[in-house]
Amino acid sequence: MPTLTLIQAVNDGLHTSMKEDPSVHVFGEDVAKKGGVFLATENLETEFGTERCFNTPLSEDGIIGTAIGMAMNGLRPVAEIQFQDFIFPAFDQIVSEAAKLRYRSGGQYTAPMVIRTPYGGGIRGGLYHSQSGEAYFCHTPGLKVVIPSTPYDAKGLLIASIADPDPVLFLEPKALYRSVKGEVPEGHYTVDLSTTRDVREGGDVTVFCYGAMVPVCTKAAESAAEGGIETHVVDLRTLLPLDEEAVLDAVKRTGRVVVVHEAPRFCGFGAEISAMIAEHAIEYMEAPVIRVTGFDTPFPNTLEHHYMPDHRRVLDAIEHVYNF
Amino acid sequence: MKATEPLQVIDSKGGVNGYDPGLSEDELMHCYRTMLAVRAFDAICLKLQRSGRIGFSIPNEGIEATQVGAASAMKKTDWIFPSYRDFGMALYHGVKPVDMMHNMFGNASDNSRGRQMPVHFTFVEPIKFVSISSPIGTHLPQAVGAAFAAQRRGEDMVALCSFGDGGTSSLGFHSALNFAGVWKAPVVFLCQNNGWAISCPAEEQTASDGFAIKADAYGMPGVVVDGNDLLAVRKAVVEATEAARAGKGPTLIEAKTFRMGGHSTSDDPSGYVPKEVFDEWRKKDPIKRFETYLAASGLWTPEKRAELEKEVDAEVSAAAKDAQAVGPPPLETVFSDVYAEIPAHIRAQGQAAFDLATRKGDAQSGGGEFPL
Ligand SMILES: Cc1ncc(C[n+]2csc(CCOP(=O)(O)OP(=O)(O)O)c2C)c(N)n1
Ligand SMILES: [Mg+2]
Repeated sequence: MPTLTLIQAVNDGLHTSMKEDPSVHVFGEDVAKKGGVFLATENLETEFGTERCFNTPLSEDGIIGTAIGMAMNGLRPVAEIQFQDFIFPAFDQIVSEAAKLRYRSGGQYTAPMVIRTPYGGGIRGGLYHSQSGEAYFCHTPGLKVVIPSTPYDAKGLLIASIADPDPVLFLEPKALYRSVKGEVPEGHYTVDLSTTRDVREGGDVTVFCYGAMVPVCTKAAESAAEGGIETHVVDLRTLLPLDEEAVLDAVKRTGRVVVVHEAPRFCGFGAEISAMIAEHAIEYMEAPVIRVTGFDTPFPNTLEHHYMPDHRRVLDAIEHVYNF
Repeated sequence: MKATEPLQVIDSKGGVNGYDPGLSEDELMHCYRTMLAVRAFDAICLKLQRSGRIGFSIPNEGIEATQVGAASAMKKTDWIFPSYRDFGMALYHGVKPVDMMHNMFGNASDNSRGRQMPVHFTFVEPIKFVSISSPIGTHLPQAVGAAFAAQRRGEDMVALCSFGDGGTSSLGFHSALNFAGVWKAPVVFLCQNNGWAISCPAEEQTASDGFAIKADAYGMPGVVVDGNDLLAVRKAVVEATEAARAGKGPTLIEAKTFRMGGHSTSDDPSGYVPKEVFDEWRKKDPIKRFETYLAASGLWTPEKRAELEKEVDAEVSAAAKDAQAVGPPPLETVFSDVYAEIPAHIRAQGQAAFDLATRKGDAQSGGGEFPL
C-alpha cells in the first residue's frame, strides 16, 4: 500500500472521484496549472483537461454560487476555497443557499457539492491564513462539516463527501498537509461520514479532538500515560451531523472529559460537546468538562504557538480532570 | 482581451513631449531613489526569507513606477488604502524602512504587535497608510466610506485605493465603484494590472477589454496607463485627484504593468508564466525607463545610480539589522486590542496562559502576572 502525506491523499481522493464519475468538476483559484497553492489539485488539469479542472475569477461568492447551480443541474462540483479565511464572501451562498435549498424546495432541488478548504494555524499565517471557522458552519442546518486528520481518512472521507447527496464543507488541517504520512489504499474506498475514530484507548480520561489537534492530543495522552493516566483519544472527524451516540458512549466510559480545538472558545464546538454531556450524561461525570482551545482573540502571527493549544496545555487539562 | 492603448508620457528617448510633471529636481530624484529603495528592500527580504529569518515577503519588482508615480500625486492629508504590494507608496511618503522591517519580523516594535503576517503594514504617519487586510477586495468600499466622511467633515482628502487585476473580481470592487459613483466620493481607484493573480492570468478574471472599461458601468471615467512609466501614472493620478477635489467624483485607473517575480517568496512563477513574457517585460524595466527621462533632463548618470544604490542598500540593511535585534512581542499582546477594554473572559484566558507558562515552562515568556 502506498504511503502518502495528507495532501497527497486529498489529491488521490479527487483523482479517484474524477475518474469514477465524469460529473465531478474541480475548480477554484489557482487549481489548474499551479495545482492549488498547496498542490491539492496537482496534475488534475493535465489528466482530466481544463473542462474538468479549471481556474475561476477571484470571487469566492462566484465560486460557491456557481457550484450550487452546477449541483442543481447534475454536475458534482468540488470547489476549492484557497484558505478558509477567504470563505466569508461566500457565506451567504453557503448558509442561505446551499444549506437551505433542499428544505425550501421540499426536496425538489438539491446541492450535492463539496467545498474543500485548508483551515487552521501552524504556518505563521497570522490573522487571515490561520483561522478555524468550523463553528460558524456547524451552526448551519443543512450543511455537513467534515475534518480529516490522517491520510487514510482524508481520501476515504473525501470520496464519501463527493458522493454524498448534501453539501459538505471539507476542512483540511493545513498544519498536517505534509507533517503526517500514512498508508492509503489505491483506488476507491470510503470512510463513512458521521462516524468517530478511536485514536488511542484508555480508561481514565476521554479527549475529544479533530483536525490538527489530533496529533497534539495523542502526544499529550502519551505523556499522561508516562504518569500513569490512560487516555482515550477520539477523533470526531465529522462535526455535523455528529455521531452523538459514539460521543456519549466514550464520555460514559471515563466520566472525565477534555475537549480540544484550535478555534476560539466562546460558542465553539467544545461548547456543543459540553452541553451534550450536561444534558445526557451528567450522572456519569467525575469532573467538570475542560475545554482547551484557541483564545477568544483574533489569531496572532509571531506568537501563534501560544494561541494554538499545544501538548502542554492538553496534558495540563488531562491531569486536571484526572486529579479532580 | 483587446489592447487599449495605454497613456504614456516618457518616450523611448526619454522625452516627454512638453509635459510638465510639476515636480522639482529634488522631487524627481526622490521618486527615483524610492524606486531603488523598493528594489533594495525586496532584495534583502528575499535573502531574509531564504535564510529563514522572516517567513514571507511579496516581490515588488516591475511595479515600482506604478507605486511611486501614484504616491507622488497624493498629499500628506490624503489617505492611502494600499494592497500588500505597495511598498513604494509607503517609502515615497517617508515611512522609515526600519518600521516596515519591524513588521517583516513581527517583532515587539511592529505597529501591529507581530499579529499580522509580513507585508501587512499599518501607518498613520507621515501619511494615512491604512492597515492592510489579507482578504482581497475588502478595503475598496472602506476607501469610499473614508472619502465620504472627509467630504461630510469638510476635509481636503482624496482616498487612493490600490488593488490588483484579481481584485476586480471581488464583491468589494463592484460595491465600491457603485457606491463611489452614486455618491461622487473623492476616491481614486488604482487597478494595478500586473497580468497575474498568483497563477491566474488577467484573461481569466474578465472577458471585458481590460479593466478600465468597467468604469463606464459605474458612471465614472476610466483611464488606462502604462504602469511602467512613472510620469504617465503620475499624470493620470494627478488628474483624478484634481477631479476628486473639485467634487467631480471618482476615477478608475488601470495601470498596465508586470510582476517580475513570483506572487510571493513562496511562489515559483516558472510553472505558469512563459519565460518569453519575462524576457519581454525585462526590457520595459520601469527604473530604466525613468532613467532615460532623468538623463535627458541632465539629472542622471550611471554613477548617480551607483551612488544612490549604495545609500539605499545601506539604509535597508541597517533597517533589517535593527529590526532583527528586537525580540518578539510580549505574551500580553495576544490579548490586547481585541476591544477598547479587555473583557473579563479574555483577561481570564490571558491569566491562564501566564499561569501555565509559569507552571509548565515556556520558551519565550517568563510567566508571572498577566499585565492587562
Ligand atoms: C478573498 C480572497 N481570496 C483569495 C485570496 C488569496 N490570494 C492572495 S493574493 C491573490 C491574488 C491577487 O491577485 P491580484 O489582485 O491581481 O493582486 P497581485 O497579487 O497581482 O498584486 C489571491 C488569490 C485572498 N487573499 N483573498
Ligand atoms: Mg495581479
